[in-house]
Amino acid sequence: MQWETVIGLEIHAQLATRSKIFSGAATAFGAEPNTQACGVDLGLPGVLPVLNREAVVMAVRFSAAIGADLERRSVFARKNYFYPDLPKGYQISQFELPIVGRGSAEIMLDGGEIRTVGITRAHLEEDAGKSLHGDFHGLTGIDLNRAGTPLLEIVSEPDMRSAKEAVAYARKIHQIVRYIGICDGNMQEGSFRADANVSIRPFGAELGTRAELKNINSFRFLERAINFEVERQIELLESGGRVVQETRLYDPDRDETRSMRSKEEANDYRYFPDPDLLPVELDDAFVAAAISGMPELPDVRRLRFSEEYALSQSDAAQLTASRELADYYEATVSEAGDARLAANWVTGDLAGSLNRDGIDIGQSPITAPMLAGLLRRISDNTISGKIAKQVFDAMWSDSGSADEIIESQGLKQITDAGAIEGIVDEVVNANPSQVEAYRQADEKKRAKMLGFFVGQVMRLSKGKANPQQVNELLCRKLAS
Amino acid sequence: MHDKNIAALGAGLRAGDFSSVELTRAFLDRIEQYDGELNCFITLAPERALARAEQADQLIRSGKAGPLAGIPIAHKDIFCTEGVKTSCGSKMLDNFIAPYDAAVVSRLEEAGAVMLGKTNMDEFAMGSSNETSHYGLVRNPWDRNLVPGGSSGGSAAAVAARLCVAATGTDTGGSIRQPAALCGITGLKPTYGRVSRYGMIAFASSLDQAGPLTRSAADAAVILQAIAGLDRRDSTSAEEPVPDYSRQLDDPLAGLKIGLPKEYFNDGLDSEVARSVELAVDEYRRLGAEIVDISLPNSDLSVAAYYVVAPAECSSNLSRFDGVRFGYRCQGPKDLEDLYKRSRSEGFGAEVKRRILIGTYALSAGYYDAYYLKAQQIRHLISDDFKRAFEKVDVILGPTSPTTAFAIGEKADDPVTMYLSDIYTIAANLAGLPGISIPVQPTAGKPVGLQIIGNYFQEAKLLNVAHRLQQESDWHLAAPAGY
Repeated sequence: MQWETVIGLEIHAQLATRSKIFSGAATAFGAEPNTQACGVDLGLPGVLPVLNREAVVMAVRFSAAIGADLERRSVFARKNYFYPDLPKGYQISQFELPIVGRGSAEIMLDGGEIRTVGITRAHLEEDAGKSLHGDFHGLTGIDLNRAGTPLLEIVSEPDMRSAKEAVAYARKIHQIVRYIGICDGNMQEGSFRADANVSIRPFGAELGTRAELKNINSFRFLERAINFEVERQIELLESGGRVVQETRLYDPDRDETRSMRSKEEANDYRYFPDPDLLPVELDDAFVAAAISGMPELPDVRRLRFSEEYALSQSDAAQLTASRELADYYEATVSEAGDARLAANWVTGDLAGSLNRDGIDIGQSPITAPMLAGLLRRISDNTISGKIAKQVFDAMWSDSGSADEIIESQGLKQITDAGAIEGIVDEVVNANPSQVEAYRQADEKKRAKMLGFFVGQVMRLSKGKANPQQVNELLCRKLAS
Repeated sequence: MHDKNIAALGAGLRAGDFSSVELTRAFLDRIEQYDGELNCFITLAPERALARAEQADQLIRSGKAGPLAGIPIAHKDIFCTEGVKTSCGSKMLDNFIAPYDAAVVSRLEEAGAVMLGKTNMDEFAMGSSNETSHYGLVRNPWDRNLVPGGSSGGSAAAVAARLCVAATGTDTGGSIRQPAALCGITGLKPTYGRVSRYGMIAFASSLDQAGPLTRSAADAAVILQAIAGLDRRDSTSAEEPVPDYSRQLDDPLAGLKIGLPKEYFNDGLDSEVARSVELAVDEYRRLGAEIVDISLPNSDLSVAAYYVVAPAECSSNLSRFDGVRFGYRCQGPKDLEDLYKRSRSEGFGAEVKRRILIGTYALSAGYYDAYYLKAQQIRHLISDDFKRAFEKVDVILGPTSPTTAFAIGEKADDPVTMYLSDIYTIAANLAGLPGISIPVQPTAGKPVGLQIIGNYFQEAKLLNVAHRLQQESDWHLAAPAGY
């Protein structure tokens, strides 16, 4: 039997507000337990939630970014259930009337095919706290620092057909929320996490029963969790069993998913509109202010890059992967001029070095103006491309400017015709047999043999001789 | 001294006839003397009260004191008071010392009022007789075999017995107006959103509203002045400007249109209560008001709608009392589920549990549309009834409660009969309208309350209508024998 996989994702993006969604407590990560929880976050008797305006602004920006129907009136609802890290016994979320309606995102599949993934809705809600299971002598500790942190839950349609597509979609959403500055995207700290609804069916059949994989906090785990789950469901169905609707947890250490609770045990959340909060009503002025200053979105920027800078699809995609990288590239181009050359360096040596050292573009020791300074010296023939790599490495470790390093290490290209001619003569004189062989050879072979002489000249000049001048001179000398 | 109104006490304080410390001591002595038999207070705060009174005396001497400076009051134990036990009448919060002041508490404190203590109440404000309190029932000072009404029964009885000058209360379905009626005092439930709910322990968030219990409309105006107004900490608090509530008190009533809803004078109304209300209506006619018969056709739906909406909201609001962070926790819980089940079973009383169960049921999947949604639709119908009525009349008059105070224990085992004692007050909560109850001609020695309902933010009009009657009559001046 050929099975078709059907996947929908619910992504929780933590909004990058300074304070919580319904209280004034800070949202910074990593503080001592319960030091960033005020009375509202503790659910003290008598406290009331007050909506953080900035969280609404961010939801409006997201709505614009995915071309969604922004709901001018949305309603907060209470989702009721008991859990020790849920202080009020209910989570304030949006249920029937979310702030962001139907939208979509485009993902690029292997081979460059573009697929549109539908986004059903996105809604604002508060995060819960954390249960801590270590060091409490058999008891459980509760840390409410995270309680009340603003989340945007982004719910997709079941439009993805493989783990790869699901990851591509998750990456796209990750890219968008970071571009528009509403989420730091830090998956290790839990700022961006996904639940995957996975089912399988014979091609063309009705949707199968789904399992929900909870709280996956890396793209790699997302892919592995889905693949494991698909295999599990296929084995189950092919051996005559059936899939039960349940919540499962992915364990990265054992690379498997495990049942958390079945639908029968699932809570009845008894949603109802939160009477402590008024409906969120957005007027034109609020929406206009929220989306003013929205940056260019990644897909638009990618297309512009490939046109404006004459870049390949894949270079344009790579350079627009994050807003910081794209900004870096454009800053480099504006100072260095040569877009092609800049693209090669940013996607090549720079990306390689960042990757090797495991740092972000924002932490690069070589800033865009510094890289532009290097590229200008290539363009104006002060150094060759090969020497440039050496200069780049020195800049990476010492943070000096290209000019300083070229100067201090004497790497300036030799363009003085007399000096180059001297070296060329030396090489020609030192290798009479090769010269003779060259002169006997036909045009085709000569081109190959020239490399030997160029190599010798470059070796003697420590790579500094201008390659074009060396070529010209050698051709002339060898021919006569 | 204990019989004087706020204006007279303020004048005496400013004239130096007595100090706030003396006044505070006098009331603390009265509490000492009488509260054993009435049980109005759950917690007394004498040191805090005397310290505040001393500060108030300094302020008064400096000449900068407002009308409430140095006036001893009491707060219903539903309002959080920093450093003072805030129990909400429940075992669940018997060990809860609030770490902050409710908006109502801090505003009255800023006005210089002196808090004597926290008053008894039905557990989590759920009750109409003050018999559901963990701290025991409150007795009605007019007859100690009778209930004082509820849920603000401690506040109402304390004001009636002159154990404090004024008290705060909360009103979700009549919990200020009904005990005010049964204790022969004045109780005002403001428009929903007029007074901040911040720091007031929630029963049913869309209905709860704080207000004053006093011995006159003039006193209520002074208290409301201090507590009304926008509070950014409560999203449902109104932007509406706050007028000077005392300025319009004496406005003449000539030409005032008073509506009498026929549904409020039906078979369920005690005939003696009806007669007292009619006496008051005659008085208003004499004062130049025009009496208009009106109809609020959906009145009969209000109790049913209320007993869906209020329990639904309470079932969620009371989820935070889970034994995890504060309040009662059962002994030696086996596991998490045991902790929840026993802490809540042992910490809540029967009426609270009944309402949590009703509310949980009403919100459950499959029942939500039939109950909660339907009840919300009824709220709209009821609001529309009032909207149409206020196109014709300025205020609506009727009885506050269908009967006078009933005997302790009389309705305790019959929740539905108990619920019907709020039949005339609930509609104002469902619609969010202001209402006031003032004492009229007593019957067989028992107080009778007249309810006046106004349009949104028309508290000044209600106080004016109430005050004019109190100037022409002395029903509100009567004190229960022995107090």
